[in-house]
Amino acid sequence: MSKEKSDIGIDEEIILGIREGNNLAVQKLYKLYYPPVLKMIINNSGSSEEAQDIFQETVMVLYDKINKGDFELSSKLKTFLYAVSKRLWLKQLTRGESKYRKDSIDDYEDSLVADEAGDAVQEHETIEKNLLQMEQALAGLGEPCKTILYDFYILNKSMADICEKFGYTNTDNAKTQKYKCLQRLKKFFFKSVS
Amino acid sequence: MRSLSQQEFIDWADLYLRKELTPEDNERFESFCAENPPYRARFEEHKSLIENIQVTADRLAFKATLQSAAEAFHQEEKPKAPTKVVSLWDRYKFNAAVAAAIAIISVFSTLWLTGYYSNLRKTSSDYSALRRDMNTVKRNVNAHNDAIKNINSNTSNEAIHYGATGFMITKDGYVVTNYHVISGADSIHLQNHKGQSYKADIIFTNAEKDLAILHINDSTFKSHKNVPYTFKKQDSELGEDIYTIGFPRDEAVYGQGYLSSSTGYAGDTLAYQISIPVNPGNSGGPVLDKEGNIIGIISGKQKGIDGAAFAIKTKALIETLNSIPADILRGNVVLTNKNSLNHLSRTDQIKKLQDYIYIVKVY
Repeated sequence: MSKEKSDIGIDEEIILGIREGNNLAVQKLYKLYYPPVLKMIINNSGSSEEAQDIFQETVMVLYDKINKGDFELSSKLKTFLYAVSKRLWLKQLTRGESKYRKDSIDDYEDSLVADEAGDAVQEHETIEKNLLQMEQALAGLGEPCKTILYDFYILNKSMADICEKFGYTNTDNAKTQKYKCLQRLKKFFFKSVS
Repeated sequence: MRSLSQQEFIDWADLYLRKELTPEDNERFESFCAENPPYRARFEEHKSLIENIQVTADRLAFKATLQSAAEAFHQEEKPKAPTKVVSLWDRYKFNAAVAAAIAIISVFSTLWLTGYYSNLRKTSSDYSALRRDMNTVKRNVNAHNDAIKNINSNTSNEAIHYGATGFMITKDGYVVTNYHVISGADSIHLQNHKGQSYKADIIFTNAEKDLAILHINDSTFKSHKNVPYTFKKQDSELGEDIYTIGFPRDEAVYGQGYLSSSTGYAGDTLAYQISIPVNPGNSGGPVLDKEGNIIGIISGKQKGIDGAAFAIKTKALIETLNSIPADILRGNVVLTNKNSLNHLSRTDQIKKLQDYIYIVKVY
């Protein structure tokens, strides 16, 4: 019983760590939950490299679910991650193939967890798709715009700092530059949307 | 309200979003947005864009964290890989040991059961024996010769169980056998395969060449037709197909083989080494080639060595005949040079030969 409790404790710890982007939490997650996923994928005609990719995406699914805010697990984190990995792996297996293989590993799954995992994966894919545009827009922005916007909007640096860092003569110039950069980003972003 | 440039509004909005405005200013911004729907829409758009940027950036940051954590984990995992094998080994060590033990036991027991080791031992003991025989071959030849002599000297005191062999060299009763057969003899009798027995005298002996020339001295002896075989004076070739007929027992025994060496023991040039199964009693028997020429006279064999029988060359016989002083001869020894065995089959040759080959009984 106490083991059960401590498992839940660890799960909460990891979830909190992931919300904060804590490296140690992610490592712990790997240590605890990667081996069964690796085993499952190896047993289903996958390689360890593929298992690594799948698990990485699984963690991203978890991240998206956590950041959506309404994170509530009906099962242990281990079960959830396993179900998500399985779902992702099935997806990869059946990509460009007939779906007959799906039955081979989908048989004895807890349907509640499976539904949850399915929803989470779907959500993750939507977010991924949306954010991909922004990622691409940011990537296409180039320097110094990228850093200016990053410093201002992400790191919440003051315009004075940015002005100093990039060697603008006054903050007005920096502000103008920031505005231009923002316009450029908008252009990229909406172009890729449309 | 003063009109605002786009940039100025965005700057203001940024300050509002970052909550860096004074409470009054804050209120002013909100009321401005409420009053100016186009600006309000622009603000909403800006706000969502910024949020999008922030989410994306967070996500990218997390991805980077994840990447590094994953790499760190897999890096750690790699050195662990051998331990997987080690643990596998630990788990199956006992099974492997048992399997190996069974394999070893079954291999050796199979070898033992199939007699591999006894064969091995036999082979190695044969080998050493062979070596010893090579070292002592002369002694053994002598011992063998002594044995043959003893057989005959023993039989001279008791009933005759053994004899030797001799064969005619001329139609008028000259017979050749080994010297060791007749040495020390009181009297000699020759018996042909039909059972007729004749008394014979020793005409001449040559101990060195181990040859003895006898002459049948018996009134019942009828002169034969010419002997059917000739004497081949030249050396025969190695590997030549040869045969002999002798009397290791009371019946004639045929033996067949080949000429295995052009010299006898220790380079004796007056003898051949032949490979024919011979036994005591074969001594003095003729050695013939396939055309029916006498090429030698069996003299002895090496005990324990296969194919090491020896035959005195015909050349030695001729030399011996030539060295006989004329006064002791009872008529000239005229060797025939007409071979009537030539072109006959082996069995026919033997049929013709048998009349000219005798058991030499020594008393």
